[in-house]
Amino acid sequence: MTLQSAVDDLPEAKVVVSRAPLPVVRGRTARRLRAIGLALIVPVCLLLFWDAMVRWTGTRLVPSPWGVAVMMWDFAFGGIYDDAYSASLPIHFWKSVQRVYGGFLCAAALGIPLGLMIGRIPLLRALLDPTLSLLRPIPVTAWLPLSMIFFGLGPRSAVFLVFLGAFYPILLNTVFGVKSVDVRLFEAAEMLGCSGSKLFRAVVLPAALPSIFNGLRLGASFAWILIVVGEMTGVPEGLGAVIMDGRTLSRTDLVITGMIIIGVTGYVSDRILLALSHYFLRWSPQHG
Amino acid sequence: MADQPTILDISAVQKFYQSSGGPVEALRGVNLTIRKGEFICLLGASGCGKSTLLRIIAGFEKATHGSVAMYGFPVDKPGPERGMVFQDYALFPWLTVRDNIGFGPKQRGIASKIVAQLTDKFMAMVGLTAFADRYPHELSGGMKQRVAIARVLTNDTDILLMDEPFGALDALTRSKLQEELVDIWRTTGLTVIFVTHSVEEAVLLADRVVVMTAGPGRIDCEIEIDLPRPRDVASPEFNTLRRDVTRKLTSHLARSGPAMATADS
Repeated sequence: MTLQSAVDDLPEAKVVVSRAPLPVVRGRTARRLRAIGLALIVPVCLLLFWDAMVRWTGTRLVPSPWGVAVMMWDFAFGGIYDDAYSASLPIHFWKSVQRVYGGFLCAAALGIPLGLMIGRIPLLRALLDPTLSLLRPIPVTAWLPLSMIFFGLGPRSAVFLVFLGAFYPILLNTVFGVKSVDVRLFEAAEMLGCSGSKLFRAVVLPAALPSIFNGLRLGASFAWILIVVGEMTGVPEGLGAVIMDGRTLSRTDLVITGMIIIGVTGYVSDRILLALSHYFLRWSPQHG
Repeated sequence: MADQPTILDISAVQKFYQSSGGPVEALRGVNLTIRKGEFICLLGASGCGKSTLLRIIAGFEKATHGSVAMYGFPVDKPGPERGMVFQDYALFPWLTVRDNIGFGPKQRGIASKIVAQLTDKFMAMVGLTAFADRYPHELSGGMKQRVAIARVLTNDTDILLMDEPFGALDALTRSKLQEELVDIWRTTGLTVIFVTHSVEEAVLLADRVVVMTAGPGRIDCEIEIDLPRPRDVASPEFNTLRRDVTRKLTSHLARSGPAMATADS
């Protein structure tokens, strides 16, 4: 008997080859639509509740959803209020995105390599872990005064805060990912002739990747949370600055507009990261 | 077989583990000489140190005393000339079947064209060409173990170390893989050191069965299996040998039983 025919004879082999039939694909679309429908129920109810409460209380402090929608349109395209904020969305948005991703990418560029090394090299762990654990519980907002002294009033200070906020989740998840790599995989790599620093690229990095992506997603969401704090440090442009201006000017519609835009952008950015993680982790039964 | 040169020389190997209750002696006075091309089975109940001995040969662990030498050179770390097949496969889950099989030569810096040729050759030998682009989680246990075997073969290993490789497989798949392994061993001329606790598996596969006993782990006896291949498990000769080996194994269990009981009381 040849080896090939031995495999062909195996019933187990055939189960794996068979592809999902068409009805399953149609079922997937239906499931998708259902998921979208279910996801929309709560936001729509919230909008209706908001509208009803504004009408019922007759408050002038909180605008109705419609008022916010008009503000959003003006903020994006102008032509309604024609004030300082009309059609200024692109510039504020672009500034904030630059700062968020600037800080986030710095955090990833430092956090991932450092995490890989801390997880793998006991000496480095003994050296850095206590200090990092001491610094970690300090709220990022507490760094605000110092950051303004270090980096001055302006965007660099905002980027620093975003960096700080995104750094720890990325670092800690990377360390965790490295520590939880199956020891067998190192043994397997070593007996195949891969050792020393080559192990980082060949085993440590790919094996820790699921955990690293968790860290990146957490880090990115912290980055969006911290942009508002970061842009309180006296920058003229940015979504956080717009919200702070709205507060001082009692323009609640502007504040809510800024909140919604940050929420949506943060969501979209998380979806992009998720799509990237699905692509890079397609080998993993939990992701792919 | 007797005219082949010695490939592996294990002499006076002793191994202590540190445990919370003090040092535990896992192996004592293990001497074993293995000739090139031999198929050796290390047979014993759990706790007899057979896996420890295999891990020392692989270079994953160091002997406390004594030495292991391959072609006269001391073994002190893992290396591609001693390829290991683990019971739990230890495939790289992020690599396809093809990339798992080509991992060794690629990491050792061999030109990608040659890596591809080697990979294709051994992928065909274990019958997985049709599954080249699958990831390990899409494979059955038997297919995973085929990948693990091919991965070591591609790396041009001299000694194939196998740690209860078929222990987690169902009986049907196991016997297919045993048959394939013997085919591979005969075509490649590899030296195989195979750890098992199954008497039948040992008698079916080995040229020489090394029976090990526990407390501390040591070699009890060595039994040459000179049955012609392919071997028939149903033949009277096979069953006579199986009975002999089983007797060697259980006689020691019976001897150590009361001794342990007195130690406990």
